[in-house]
Amino acid sequence: MKIALVTDLHANREAVETVLAHAASQGAQRYVFLGDFVGYGADPGWVIDRLREHVAAGAHAVLGNHDAAVVQGPLPTMIPEARQVVEWTRARLDAAQLAFLGSLPMSVSEADRLYVHANAFAPADWGYVIGRMEAVRSMQATAARFTFCGHVHDPKLFHLSGTGKVGDFVPSPGMPIPLSMQRQWLVIPGSAGQPRDGNPAACYAIFEPASATLTYHRVPYDVESAAAKIRAAGLPPRLAQRLQHGE
Amino acid sequence: MASDEVDDRPSRLDTGEVIDGFRLEERTHQGGMANLWRVSRVDDEGSDDTLPLIMKVPRIKGGDDPATIVGFEVEQMIMPTLSGVHVPKFVAKGDFTRQPYIVMERIGGETLRARFEHAPLPLDEVVSIGARVATALHDLHRQQVIHLDVKPSNILFRPDGSAVLVDFGLSRHAQLPDLLEEEFELPMGTGPYMSPEQVQFVRSDLRSDLFALGVLLYHLATGARPFGAPTSVRGLRKRLYQAPVPPRALRPELPPWLQEVILRCLEVDPARRHQSAAQLAFELQNPDQVVLTERAQRLQVQGGWAGSLKRWFAAIGHEARPPEAGLRSLRSPILLAAVDVAGATPDLLAAVRETVQRLLQTEPGARLACLTVMKTNLIAADELVEADGSSRHVNLLVQLKHWAHPLQPSRHEAPREPAAGRVTYHVLEAPDPAGAIVDYARKNQVDHIVIGARSSGGLRRYLGSVSSQVAAEAECTVTVVRA
Repeated sequence: MKIALVTDLHANREAVETVLAHAASQGAQRYVFLGDFVGYGADPGWVIDRLREHVAAGAHAVLGNHDAAVVQGPLPTMIPEARQVVEWTRARLDAAQLAFLGSLPMSVSEADRLYVHANAFAPADWGYVIGRMEAVRSMQATAARFTFCGHVHDPKLFHLSGTGKVGDFVPSPGMPIPLSMQRQWLVIPGSAGQPRDGNPAACYAIFEPASATLTYHRVPYDVESAAAKIRAAGLPPRLAQRLQHGE
Repeated sequence: MASDEVDDRPSRLDTGEVIDGFRLEERTHQGGMANLWRVSRVDDEGSDDTLPLIMKVPRIKGGDDPATIVGFEVEQMIMPTLSGVHVPKFVAKGDFTRQPYIVMERIGGETLRARFEHAPLPLDEVVSIGARVATALHDLHRQQVIHLDVKPSNILFRPDGSAVLVDFGLSRHAQLPDLLEEEFELPMGTGPYMSPEQVQFVRSDLRSDLFALGVLLYHLATGARPFGAPTSVRGLRKRLYQAPVPPRALRPELPPWLQEVILRCLEVDPARRHQSAAQLAFELQNPDQVVLTERAQRLQVQGGWAGSLKRWFAAIGHEARPPEAGLRSLRSPILLAAVDVAGATPDLLAAVRETVQRLLQTEPGARLACLTVMKTNLIAADELVEADGSSRHVNLLVQLKHWAHPLQPSRHEAPREPAAGRVTYHVLEAPDPAGAIVDYARKNQVDHIVIGARSSGGLRRYLGSVSSQVAAEAECTVTVVRA
């Protein structure tokens, strides 16, 4: 069985369509969505509807900080640009779509896997796993062998050995990585809807529990259309530029 | 999950026991880190091959034993990604939650360690071993893996003579996480063979394997170890500043070219070694093309403290460099210019040279082999041709060098180490030029062949095109140039 892990979709319809089609072509039978379905992009309603279909069919989805902000309304601490996007997004969702977002759990455990948006030590505080320190903190906070999280947009893989030694690794797309059962792993698939590592192609990963094999993927999608929609919607133009440059 | 059903401690294994469908037939080796068992498949259906198998089982010495466990994790991770004749074929693995093992193809015969007892060996055997091991290393490096523990007991040979590398417990795959990077506070490797950069915790340079192979060749050729067999870190660090005794001081009949090759492998700065295993294999297979430097002439250890200081500075330079991921010098390709110097038009010859020049400019570490084929008759040549042969041979070599002259670095530019011997010349004699070119490219691990297209003459059309046959049959990239 292959599980597709998709995170930080950010209302980017073109990216999500492409990622889901690619995952299906790779033989993915199950889907896990790691949060931040909205924010930044121009198609929040469409992305939430796809998500609801997948969840109805057995997929897991967890809450992201952008989703929480849209459900609760903008926080006073938000920068104007973020506040504008949250308000814009809220106005475009119907009650059912908002209710669905509001019903998402903070995390899901399944066998030896933990799915959570930000980290395992304080998921509701939305702290980032920036480096090894946060990664160790997160892995030590869970008994799960494999943690899958989003929030950080660049693909990364951390591991923690039985002797407490931590390592990190920037994965190469398409290369299957066998994850040894001798250690804990923290997997960041990278953002599908807003990549920021200089490569505009969408990120996601596929995990095969039977062989504990993880493969990161990068798929190019129609960035121009996604960016044009952001501009047409009157959202901050910087968000469109950002998609085109993957920054 | 499977882990709930079984004891988490690997039990003692006995002959006749069956693990995941493999029956333990006989323990063939008991090592410090692992035992080897000859195994057979219990359930023969589905296994279409009659591949002889061994199972490698780590020896866990009570409680935590990170060295063994992590090394085995690494091997379990890397072996399934490898293919080709220069590694044992991977068959299956079992993880630590039950019984850790790797089942792989059993390579018959003894490891190179057996021959070590007899060092110094005949020089042609040393050279042949070196060329075959370098060829195997290049194949491994092409698969993004650095071995990092090249030594006699990790080298076996197939019946056809090709070398097989085993034990990937310290290896590094450029596209997989390095589980060993943070694990140990001591340098990882085998004392006598460890490269200076490994002593300094750099695990990302494929030229480390060339250093180890240099140590191995030095030992096979002289019967002595170039840097002893240190057991302390301090002892290991000596190789950063102490140059080895030149092999010819220990074995005077060792030819200068071989000393040149061995001492180049043992350079403290990887940039002064061969830039790929293929380039090393190339020199071992083409001794007459080795460019001799001061290394070839050395008969004593380089001058006192000044020499040590020089070596040490080179080592410091390396230490200062950040350890980067990836195989830094995979791009040191061997380029083959197949030039019909006697038959092609001047325009075509110039066009081929221009293409080669452009490729050399984009690949600063590249090495260029210029080759032309002297066509011989399939049936025994008549007397006249025989007598004429050697002068034709020389004539072709002269023309080939003349053709390549503009490609040489100008005499006014300071010659840099890796550039020395960048261009070599070869005149082959063969009845079938295309076959000879393809064969040469395969044997020397050429990465890219540049060849002129056939001219439009009626005779050429009748004989068929050498370039199209080369393009069809070569295993590497082929560029066919038209004038």
